[in-house]
Amino acid sequence: MLQVQNLEARYGDFQALFGIDFDLKQGSIVALIGANGAGKSTFLKSIAGQIPNKSGQIRFNSEEIGHLPSDRIVRDGISMVPEGRRLFRSLSVQENLKIGAFAGRKGRWTLDAIYSLFPALKDKRHSPASALSGGQQQMVAIGRGLMSNPDLLMCDEVSLGLSPAIVKDIYNAFPSIRSEGLSLIVVEQDIDVALRVADYVCCFMHGRITLRGAPADLTRHQISDAYFGIGDI
Amino acid sequence: MIDVADTIIHGVLLGGLYALFAIGLSITYGVMRVVNIAHGDFMVLAAYLALWPVTHLDMNPFVAIVPIVLLMFCLGYTVQRVVLNRTMGTNFLAPMLATFGMSIILRNGLQQTYHSDSRSFQIGALGTESLHLTDTIAIGKFPLIVFCVSVILVFLTSLLFSHTKIGMALRATSDDPETAGLMGIKAKRTYGVALGLSFALLAVGGIFAGIRTTFTPESGPASLLYAFEAVVIGGMGSLWGTFAGAVILGVAQGAGAQFGAGFGVLAGHLVFLAVLAFKPTGLFERTP
Amino acid sequence: MRDSLSYVVSRNTALSNAAVWAGVVAAIIVVAVPWLPYVGTFGFMRWAVEVMCYLVLAQMWNLMAGYGGLMSVGMQAFVGVGGYSVIIFAQHLGVHPFLAIPIAGAMAALAAAITAPLVFRMRGGYFAIGTWVLAEVFRIAFSNVSLLGGGSGQSLTVMSRIDRNTREVAIYLIAATTLIVASAVINLLLRSRFGLGLTALRDSEAAAESQGVDVRMLKFQVYTLASFGAGLVGAIYYTSILRLSPSAAFDPNWVVASIFIVVIGGIGTVEGPIVGTVIFFSLRWALADYGTWYWLVMGTVAVITIMFAPAGVWGFARARWDLQLLPLQRRLTLKSAADASAPKPSQFVSPSNLES
Repeated sequence: MLQVQNLEARYGDFQALFGIDFDLKQGSIVALIGANGAGKSTFLKSIAGQIPNKSGQIRFNSEEIGHLPSDRIVRDGISMVPEGRRLFRSLSVQENLKIGAFAGRKGRWTLDAIYSLFPALKDKRHSPASALSGGQQQMVAIGRGLMSNPDLLMCDEVSLGLSPAIVKDIYNAFPSIRSEGLSLIVVEQDIDVALRVADYVCCFMHGRITLRGAPADLTRHQISDAYFGIGDI
Repeated sequence: MIDVADTIIHGVLLGGLYALFAIGLSITYGVMRVVNIAHGDFMVLAAYLALWPVTHLDMNPFVAIVPIVLLMFCLGYTVQRVVLNRTMGTNFLAPMLATFGMSIILRNGLQQTYHSDSRSFQIGALGTESLHLTDTIAIGKFPLIVFCVSVILVFLTSLLFSHTKIGMALRATSDDPETAGLMGIKAKRTYGVALGLSFALLAVGGIFAGIRTTFTPESGPASLLYAFEAVVIGGMGSLWGTFAGAVILGVAQGAGAQFGAGFGVLAGHLVFLAVLAFKPTGLFERTP
Repeated sequence: MRDSLSYVVSRNTALSNAAVWAGVVAAIIVVAVPWLPYVGTFGFMRWAVEVMCYLVLAQMWNLMAGYGGLMSVGMQAFVGVGGYSVIIFAQHLGVHPFLAIPIAGAMAALAAAITAPLVFRMRGGYFAIGTWVLAEVFRIAFSNVSLLGGGSGQSLTVMSRIDRNTREVAIYLIAATTLIVASAVINLLLRSRFGLGLTALRDSEAAAESQGVDVRMLKFQVYTLASFGAGLVGAIYYTSILRLSPSAAFDPNWVVASIFIVVIGGIGTVEGPIVGTVIFFSLRWALADYGTWYWLVMGTVAVITIMFAPAGVWGFARARWDLQLLPLQRRLTLKSAADASAPKPSQFVSPSNLES
């Protein structure tokens, strides 16, 4: 459903991605792993329409979306849960969720659906978003992403700054998200979590994909090589 | 004793007018972090635009407010999308300098077209009639109308922000325009709505000001300063805070005017400086 | 394997060296004007004093806003303080008028220093209008001092004790000296650590602070220095025209002209104010028969400049043709080991200005 060919992205004079090729099959969960600065977030942002300085092809459901701004891309069915959550401070929890539906796509994800997925949020729904704990804020961020009823949900560093227990809670929600027909791309620093959750893993290093495959097919050694880059590339 | 009550009441009513000046400025700054230096000049423009239906179509100034408000909304939206959106970015100087340029264009353009004669709107007896609250205290009917309209508009604007989809979009965009884009909100359009709303409100203020007193092409800066002072005194983050700031400014000016004609405005400036010195974030600041 | 590179770090280019010499020659000519034919007339010198005043004021505004990031719409407060200081010291306290001018500058700096803590409570757009309010307070205050002529102002009658020739030439020379010294000082300052701190401050206050730049002190110094300059301008200008009133001395048009000059000329560049002043006075001359049309045209040009060429005329020229007459940046010129004869200019990093 998502095909990326020869994607290159730059921040000013600095090149962050070199010739990335990527394919996503509908209904799968793909984890992107790699060290800080390897290009994983840039990759997601490029798809989400947040990187103006890029080249290559990005096709979603056979349509070229590489030139579209982010507000069009969410209307087309790709939703991004940004790094650091970035909830709207002036809005309550419920309003943050409601604004996720701004693009007007109808579907199974409504406020009630989000509250059944993340029951902890229901009691706090009128609190300002900033009053919640890190884990709860992450739930709001994911809920907000789901409210646009996307076909593809991209999560950037969901586990950042959260305790392992909370991370486990959040990732436990993913199978039911997937069972509703969504595809997921998840950027994850924690390799163990990534291997457990994903159908398919891509490892980034210095702006390139150095390894890809199903978790079952990859050895520990291969992964460390690709992640840390031991040996010449 | 009676004089004090009288002064305060009239100051409060004047504050109602200043609130109309200030709300638009508060919105533009709140949503876009831009101080519109041409704010007062656009108010004067609205007044001059209203002159046309009033003089040529014999329209009642109160009625003329409606088409002018709509016109000014469209103007604000257009100005934002055509001129200011191009200047928005990480640098705060550029949009302000653009509004600065527009201020000069407006002032001199109006001067060329209308010259320096002062104009005003006549509303007949309503302009001078008063209501007698007690034996000794009377308040003008027109200032009271202005105050009530001001309260209603602030209330409606507040409702717009808190209970409508566009209001939520405005708040979200002011928090984080990039992430708002991820929700499907076009920042450029939202900014346009914000400036349009700001212009619609200042149009009401401008016309009311033109009824209350005379206006010339040079009247803009004074209104800008009062609007600005009201916003600073009231504090960031709250429309009612701005309203309160405007009322305080009105009372300060009214009190100062008791000591001589020029001292009213000076007293307002001094109260502004005092708030700046002792509570720079404003008296009613609210952080979300 | 690469050859080891040798390189040279330099600030000056051939063009800039030429420009410095041209500047020195220009300075000499400017100073010699009173004794030159055709231009050595009172009329020309008066006009020149005005031009120089506008240029110095624009340089001061550029220093504050273009380099310090402090956009003030209230600089006229210090122009007025400067003008009135001359009245106070020369007319009322018997100080020699020409001595009163530097004193006036100092008074303006003092006023700035005292009010700085107040205005610095505001940032960005608030700072801009806050300084305007302050200027209004000054204006109203001075309008109410009857000793200084109240609302209608006062004339500098004490100047009649000096014969006209001496007076006109002296004011001209004072203005010329002020311009030359101000330009030199600004240039040297911007090349120093002070200038480096300023550029860092302009680009990002938070980042500058984390690098050890004392942001508060820097802002204070820039503000006070620019106000000193503004005070001198007021003192010189009003000594030249011999009369001032609060509405003239504290007229916002002073800062309006400066802003236009700097924006159109090129904000945050050293050459910008010069280019802008030339454009400003050319426009004024060209539209002289049309009353206040030139303000309208200036305003329109300014808005268009901000929209399409935010770096101004000079900023545009600099980016397009890599011109620098008075360069601040250092360049890295690589010399290959094999070819030591002709160093070619290489990539250099430009400081970010209005182009985002």
